[in-house]
Amino acid sequence: MDIKDEGVGKLFTDPDPDKARAVFREKNRKMENKLMPLKDAVAQFAKDGEYLVIGGFGANRTPIAACHELIRQKRKKMAFAGHTSTHDFQVLSAGKVFNKVDAAYVVGLEARGLSKVSRAYMESGEVEVTEWTNYALAARFKAAAMGVSFVPVRNMMGTDTFRYSGAKKVECPFTGMDYVLLPALYPDISIIHAHEADIYGNCRFKGVLTADLDTARATKRLIITTERIVKTEVFRNEPNQTSIPYYLVDAVCEVPFGAYPGNMEGEYFSDESHLKEWLIVEKDPATFKAFLDKNIFNCKNHFDYIEQNGGMEKMLELRRKELMIGGA
Amino acid sequence: MSDFNAMELMICVASRELEDGATCGVGTGAPCAAAMLGQKVNSPNLVIMFEAGGIAPLLPEMPISVGDSRTTNKAILAGSMCEIMETASRGMLDYTFLGGAQIDMYGNFNSTRIGNDHQKPKVRFPGSGGANDFASFAWKTMVMTPQDSKRFVEKCTYITSPGWLDGGDSRAKSGLPLNTGPYKIITNMAVMDFEPESKRMRIISINPGYSVKTVEENCGFELLKKSNIIETKPPTDKELHILREEVDPYRYVIGR
Repeated sequence: MDIKDEGVGKLFTDPDPDKARAVFREKNRKMENKLMPLKDAVAQFAKDGEYLVIGGFGANRTPIAACHELIRQKRKKMAFAGHTSTHDFQVLSAGKVFNKVDAAYVVGLEARGLSKVSRAYMESGEVEVTEWTNYALAARFKAAAMGVSFVPVRNMMGTDTFRYSGAKKVECPFTGMDYVLLPALYPDISIIHAHEADIYGNCRFKGVLTADLDTARATKRLIITTERIVKTEVFRNEPNQTSIPYYLVDAVCEVPFGAYPGNMEGEYFSDESHLKEWLIVEKDPATFKAFLDKNIFNCKNHFDYIEQNGGMEKMLELRRKELMIGGA
Repeated sequence: MSDFNAMELMICVASRELEDGATCGVGTGAPCAAAMLGQKVNSPNLVIMFEAGGIAPLLPEMPISVGDSRTTNKAILAGSMCEIMETASRGMLDYTFLGGAQIDMYGNFNSTRIGNDHQKPKVRFPGSGGANDFASFAWKTMVMTPQDSKRFVEKCTYITSPGWLDGGDSRAKSGLPLNTGPYKIITNMAVMDFEPESKRMRIISINPGYSVKTVEENCGFELLKKSNIIETKPPTDKELHILREEVDPYRYVIGR
């Protein structure tokens, strides 16, 4: 197949499916109890220099507790999938956890504005960046989930998004049309926040799934944080509701309110005043450092963080807001 | 006729383009307001799609994020990024809206960077997100944006999302799906389309209170002019009432 055009962006992962198969061959298929504290899961399964994916979309069902743990444990030099990465990108930029980014949506928090710290980090020259789109990254996870090395798509053509990507343009052997080929993305470590999981790692969700089901299948290691642990019977009674089967999962961590200050469908709405505070304190380095100490470095876990920001009363208020009860 | 601001005008004009039964991929803010207004005025069966996976929600209020739980409130489907973008790739997404830091005479968009060093840009913006995807796949792409010569540039420093690329038949030749592309550009001053042969941006109507001259002065390239430029139809009392009372009562968007 002749390559008609190609982007100049670097690939931060190897798309070779046989190398991935060799890793997946060794993955544990036993239904074993994988319940552990988040601190231990991050220490054991996420290493410096690896490729990291954070599930969810923006500040929705995003494992923020795990992002805090990554910066508490001072992970560095990771590669990161910036797949509508908003508040998670802000947290990870604050800790300079990554220095390589596959960028689709970064540095912004959608309608809330742009993060000064994320932006300064991306403009510093310290971060290697390859461009993609949200769908392109989702499709790259899909290719990996299929166990192949690329997938053809019809976006990105004619733009600088293609020019600065790691994609290639070829002619279709069936129709003669042009296609962009996207290389499969097999992450080293992914972290996904689920509504319900059992101790083995089976997971169920509410609301949008973004790219998480393909991510779970593409990744070499997977940490699940969950709002609540449920019995395995919950899955066995309604197997069509299982979104992630246990054998994809390496660790299960029970972290209620684990997406706070983001939104968790059916559980709690985003804490908009706290997210606004994040954007404001970033403007002054000393204020921001004190803010990070208070909210992350001096917290032993996510419960401490929640206590610093209104505790259970705040969580109940966000729950009423999510459920649109009583004018909250 | 009531008083109205530029944002209200743009939202009303955009909403009239969305016919009943069409599908529309929207972001937060003005595009979402236009789609909600469209549903309440002319197009009760307009299908709203959000890139994170929400399809045909009954929106109780404006979402803050295109993936938040309001985007699946009483929805038909809570799907995935691939569900939405592959629906669009198959040719079932009629409209979308884009925005960005720069737009050029062919409707190409920059939402990635200012400055020429990609690894060390002068200013970094969020990037494509789903914009390149929607702009590649949707049949018709629309834009609502304030107009000035810094935003309307002869050539984008970086093309994030495709418009008509270099004009003429360059988009069709690029491999992007055929017969897709930019359709209407709605600004605070005027409404533009694209001349069918050259694919260059062209004035088709001028908003109340503005002139062709002002529109030209606030554009960094030469705009073509349709032979019969008309005045943009201002918002009706009904449109304004629904927009203010039902779509955006807290003025999140129309208060900007």
